[in-house]
Amino acid sequence: MAAATPPQAHIIPLDGILVVTLPPILGDSDAEHLAEQVGGRLVAEQAHAVLIDMAQMRMIDSHMGRVLNVMAAMIRLLGAETMVAGLRPEVAMTMVELGMDLGGIPTALSVRHGLADLRTRAGRSE
Amino acid sequence: MKPATRPIRATVPVHGEESLAAVHRLVDEAGQVMGYGLVDQTKLITAASELVRNIVLYAGSGQVEVEEMDRGGQNGLRLTFTDQGPGIPDVGRAMQDGYSTGKGMGLGLPGTRRLVHEFAIDSAAGSGTRVTIVLWKR
Repeated sequence: MAAATPPQAHIIPLDGILVVTLPPILGDSDAEHLAEQVGGRLVAEQAHAVLIDMAQMRMIDSHMGRVLNVMAAMIRLLGAETMVAGLRPEVAMTMVELGMDLGGIPTALSVRHGLADLRTRAGRSE
Repeated sequence: MKPATRPIRATVPVHGEESLAAVHRLVDEAGQVMGYGLVDQTKLITAASELVRNIVLYAGSGQVEVEEMDRGGQNGLRLTFTDQGPGIPDVGRAMQDGYSTGKGMGLGLPGTRRLVHEFAIDSAAGSGTRVTIVLWKR
């Protein structure tokens, strides 16, 4: 069976916010490179926040939870904040039953809500 | 490998992390053929993901078997995860929340048990591990 290249994450800078869109299932090698990619773009774009769009993600297991926690810790050390947006209800429910949380990473219903929230936060801190 | 006909019965080998995608695909297809709802389908794929990662992490390789179950008219899927790895010396302890010997969050086994209706683990030091889970169709 030929291994198809798994879909990757897309990173789009938007008014000082990096919007990171994750694919339905993130391959392990891509997950490992994600923090590195996001860190690089964060510095290059001088962004103040990273909004992780998980609307397409079909599953978050404890490995993916760990990847997110590590990335959020790195983003915090770089002086920016992380927000997760668009978790599907069935994914959120499965995470709760699995006993997983996102280690205090704030969440938003959708990318639109997340962007509004992050802009409000940035406005307050300026 | 595609479980096109019922009853569903298929096996997929696990060689490493790259086998995860094949397991996801198999479980996804089997769950769709069964007609699971969105939440159950997500639970099944997540449980499979956790257990395949355990195989990769602790044994290196193994296999996953997917079978359709019919118990008195109730249908479900049984997934069996087998490896010939070092086994778990203290299964009772491994089933406790927050316990992990490796890189895991300690959610793996106890967390996975909460996602399914039936969960059985057969393991001892040096004899490999077999985890069986069943999710009945509601």
